[in-house]
Amino acid sequence: MLYRETGQFKTSYTADMGIFPLRQDRNALLVLLAFAFVGVPLLAHFHIWPFGSEYLLRAILLPFLILSLAAIGVNILIGFCGQISLGSGAFMAVGAYMAYKFGTGMPEIGLPALPVLVSILLGGVCSALVGILFGIPSLRIKGLYLAVATLAAQFFFDWVFLRVAWFTNYAPSGSVSAPELSFFGWVVNEPVERYLLCLMFVTVFALIAKNLVRGNIGRQWMAIRDMDIAAELMGIRPFIAKLSAFAVSSFIVGVAGALWAFVYLGAWEPLAFSIDRSLQLLFMVIIGGLGSILGSFLGAGFILIVPIMLNLIPSELGVPLSTETISHLEFIIFGSLICFLLIKEPHGFARLVTLMKEKLRLWPFPY
Amino acid sequence: MSVRTEMPIAPAETVPSLGMVMAEAQHRPPDPARDRAGGEVLLSVENVSLSFGGVRAISDVSFDIRKGEIRAIIGPNGAGKTSMLNVINGFYFPQQGAITFKGEKRREMRPYFAATSGISRTFQNVALFKGMSTLDNMMAGRTLKMRRGLFWQALRVGPAMAEEIRHREVVERLIDFLEIQHIRKVPVGKLPYGLQKRVELGRALAMEPELLLLDEPMAGMNLEEKEDMSRFVLTINQSLGTTIALIEHDMGVVMDLSDRVVVLEYGRKIADGTPDEVKSNPKVIDAYLGVSH
Repeated sequence: MLYRETGQFKTSYTADMGIFPLRQDRNALLVLLAFAFVGVPLLAHFHIWPFGSEYLLRAILLPFLILSLAAIGVNILIGFCGQISLGSGAFMAVGAYMAYKFGTGMPEIGLPALPVLVSILLGGVCSALVGILFGIPSLRIKGLYLAVATLAAQFFFDWVFLRVAWFTNYAPSGSVSAPELSFFGWVVNEPVERYLLCLMFVTVFALIAKNLVRGNIGRQWMAIRDMDIAAELMGIRPFIAKLSAFAVSSFIVGVAGALWAFVYLGAWEPLAFSIDRSLQLLFMVIIGGLGSILGSFLGAGFILIVPIMLNLIPSELGVPLSTETISHLEFIIFGSLICFLLIKEPHGFARLVTLMKEKLRLWPFPY
Repeated sequence: MSVRTEMPIAPAETVPSLGMVMAEAQHRPPDPARDRAGGEVLLSVENVSLSFGGVRAISDVSFDIRKGEIRAIIGPNGAGKTSMLNVINGFYFPQQGAITFKGEKRREMRPYFAATSGISRTFQNVALFKGMSTLDNMMAGRTLKMRRGLFWQALRVGPAMAEEIRHREVVERLIDFLEIQHIRKVPVGKLPYGLQKRVELGRALAMEPELLLLDEPMAGMNLEEKEDMSRFVLTINQSLGTTIALIEHDMGVVMDLSDRVVVLEYGRKIADGTPDEVKSNPKVIDAYLGVSH
């Protein structure tokens, strides 16, 4: 009754090609953005529930935003272009360490320390180059075999950042800490500021990603994913389409990696970007919905929040459980939830949302 | 004014609308003055042989396709018809022979070269991009005509948006012509078979081909769907001047639509000529009905 397109006529292609053709969707997004940009900082400033402590902001929203960004990157590669990659953690690491190198300067080649924003973006560019390099096998191999080839990137860079001391500026412990986060005079320190910074990055990159996937290059990616032979006979060059997907995907993942290191962790070691991170990102896009930008957010939210909920709920209910039991329980519930979801809805949460919208359009007279 | 020009490429205001041209063409009787079989040769295949390991799919086949005609390729199952199309648009590389397209002789075609020089095709078992909508599938057919780089596409303003809208207009006219307005935004995986075939034709047309290869466009269709498809094929040929090569098993359709027919059997050419000539050729009758020993 409330949610339908009746009476909303499109008189131009521009209007018809909008991200959210329905007015209700547009309004909902505006409200959400307004809340994220204005509401959350205000609540946090005045310590109103649930922002009484910094826990929600620092431990949930911040990683949610950054991992959503990474999931968008991974989704472009796996969901839109159909190239399975297990090297996302490595691409994040490349983004993080190269941003660190640019941010602290490279005296060997006479490069001074660059501003943080520039180093983060350059970290992304380095990650894109590495992505292209490790994407080259995709021209020959597909599916699981490609996954194994990208896994090589993961192990290679785990090793590189652990063993090549240059990347850590010869830190004896192997752990490095981020340079001061100063953006045009705005020094980011407080959790709220960190949150806002990441929110801006995520908003901009989500928009860019959405524009790309509904434009010509996005159609090429999806064409390669759905039927590569037909795509090739239509003049889509797999070389360009696949490598551009690797480049764009790794760029976004690299920027997310730099943010993860600089803004969320502050100080980190190579373990932060291990194979676990790659798998986590893969689960996010599969559960959230392959080939959907919205799905990246849903998947990131689900993967992050379920373990936290599993920890909180028993204690809230007053059921005394040992930490060990909880962590085991976490694995059990998490695993079975993923299995259940994959069987019931292989296209992830994004598909559930679409179905819900379809139902809502007809509600309350579904005939 | 002759309407047998190239398909209108945007901008829309300078060319008659594709829909109008097509509507007009549907009511216009075929031009008797046009000697279809005597036109200039658009594509010729010379002594092409193709084998996969020990299996000879095509042996020493030569034929040509003339500009503006509808050329049918027929033959029993396994005769090498689809292989022939695959050779023409560069998906298979023949071991021997040469292919001349628009006067340029090549040993083998390449998919990208074939697509850029104006060959597009549909597939026997529909090869649409299943996860994409009808509109996106057809827009993907315009990909070679879109020039804006990654940067403008990421911003989706100015030139990129203008380009997107221009190509959308062309695609919308095709959608009108094929009468698939109602499924514009439906993912093609959900569509019934007959409509999928139609969308696939639309996607091939969106490339504005000079030579359109149709691999069994009417397979598995009922009578009405076949009639619709025949109407589309004729209109495309007459109003856009697109040369069409057609593989089809329905002899009624083949004999009615095509100007010339080439018959393959076991990878060899056994007949070539007008439908009437082919129909009365004893070799063709034997191939289809079998020979009594």
